[in-house]
Amino acid sequence: MFSSFMINTWIAGTAIALVAALVGYFVVIRHSAFAAHALPLGAFPGAAAANLLGVNPFVGLLVFVGMGVLLLRQLARIGRRDVGTGLLLVLFLGVGALFLSMTSEYAPEVFSLLFGEMLGISDADLWPILGICALVSVVMITIFRPLLLDSSFPDLAALQGISAARMDLIFLSLLALVTASALPVVGAFLVFTLLVGPPAAAQSLSIHPLRSLLLAVIFAESSIWSAIALSYWTNWPIGFFVGMLGAGLFTLARSYRHWSQRERPVVQVSGL
Amino acid sequence: MFAFLSSQPVQTALIVGSCAALVSALIGVFTVLRGNAFAGHALADVSSAGGAASFLWGISPLLGFLGMAWIAAFGMEFLGVRKARERDLATGIVLGAGLGLSALFLYLDVTTTSTTGAAVSVMFGSLFAISQGLIWPAILAVLAVFLLVGLFYRPLILTAVDPDLATLRGVSPRWMGLLQLLVLGLAVAVCALAIGAVLATALLIGPAGAAIRLSRRPAQAIFWAMMIALTAVWSGIWMAYESYYWFSGNAWPVSFFVVVLIFLFYLLAMFGSSWQHKYRRRGITSLRRLQEP
Repeated sequence: MFSSFMINTWIAGTAIALVAALVGYFVVIRHSAFAAHALPLGAFPGAAAANLLGVNPFVGLLVFVGMGVLLLRQLARIGRRDVGTGLLLVLFLGVGALFLSMTSEYAPEVFSLLFGEMLGISDADLWPILGICALVSVVMITIFRPLLLDSSFPDLAALQGISAARMDLIFLSLLALVTASALPVVGAFLVFTLLVGPPAAAQSLSIHPLRSLLLAVIFAESSIWSAIALSYWTNWPIGFFVGMLGAGLFTLARSYRHWSQRERPVVQVSGL
Repeated sequence: MFAFLSSQPVQTALIVGSCAALVSALIGVFTVLRGNAFAGHALADVSSAGGAASFLWGISPLLGFLGMAWIAAFGMEFLGVRKARERDLATGIVLGAGLGLSALFLYLDVTTTSTTGAAVSVMFGSLFAISQGLIWPAILAVLAVFLLVGLFYRPLILTAVDPDLATLRGVSPRWMGLLQLLVLGLAVAVCALAIGAVLATALLIGPAGAAIRLSRRPAQAIFWAMMIALTAVWSGIWMAYESYYWFSGNAWPVSFFVVVLIFLFYLLAMFGSSWQHKYRRRGITSLRRLQEP
């Protein structure tokens, strides 16, 4: 399980889970699960296009995910945000289906782009992933306070001169970067699962931002490590294990909260 | 044109496509008014697990899509879709688990059976490859949806537009929410069959989103949504058929054309109506007001 061809998988998985938990914390408190679902899937044609043109998949992913962020903001301006998000998502997926129909290796390609391929990450693939993860972590630490304030109390943030539009753009860009780094390794669907499952479970257990963030990181790392191990033993796709572990953690955390609340009622401020 | 209409796969595609367009336009209006676009999309995505399982066990894909969509609908209701603040998370969690299942079934499809195209046809649809035996089940599903919506039209609209007022007037929001999810599941199953599970959202929310912007009353919105959806599906089928000649033997997927057309209609409706409001100040229409977030 820790043989040489798996080492890169472990390193990439650990880095991706770390930044997914950091960004996922904000996905949960900003109620942006739909955007977190739409951006990875919207980026998927980028990988398909890069495949078609024979360029580095990262270039294609970054281009598409960047277009996704810009279009998402434009569509949210002219209509309802959720309808705009959904339509953008299917538009990009439709384009992806078109690109894939042009390549010869249709079916296996779709599967690995959507559900991930943990094996066979080369050293050349690993560096961009680690670079993007480091960048996201640094940006995250720098803007943690204003972003937290804007996500929890938008009015208070506006009073302090924090622009909601700029925070939205920064948040979506971080989401986009995580997406672009994680997609080739873990697949479009799994990025979303990692972004939402562990942070949502952590939020149910603690309302304190740092404690909740730490819990989210622990949950995300343990999910991806168990998923890699289980996937290695069973040969089943890693996306299955991450999805199930995320849902299981969330259900357990919710049941625990429900149970402990009945014993000792406390004022809930979880929706901050 | 004659060759187009007399081809057997085209006829099947037109019938199933029209079913999907009509039913999704109808349900889509309720879904968008209720602010349930994410839940609708999640049901469609999760239904892909059912589609993949149907390949594995050799049952009808329509049943597979439907079964999984209903299981997901109950899961969301159980995790608390009702509380607006929890809705986003509960939907996300169910979606994550469903996609995990989908990954597993598609993987098993590829390894245990010889259906290599399962991932593509479940996810992105293959309207020209639908078997004729699915026409009647699709029509039945559509009739069931129309019957249910016809019976509960007023309480459904009221719950979608103003849940508090609906509760005051004795409509149970719980039951209406459940009914809404049940018909949404049926609609999603037919759409997923037609243009693929991950693209079904296009038919569900695109025409409805555009029509709501253009209309003053829910019934009017439903009518326009149906017109937009039917136009997109029919032109999409025709363009995909013709694209075989346009690109010298490389036909482009139907789902691609349908999705792009719906997106264009949506943009047109959005810009058209804001232009109209700019130049003809006639006050805000009732449905438009509900659209403001």
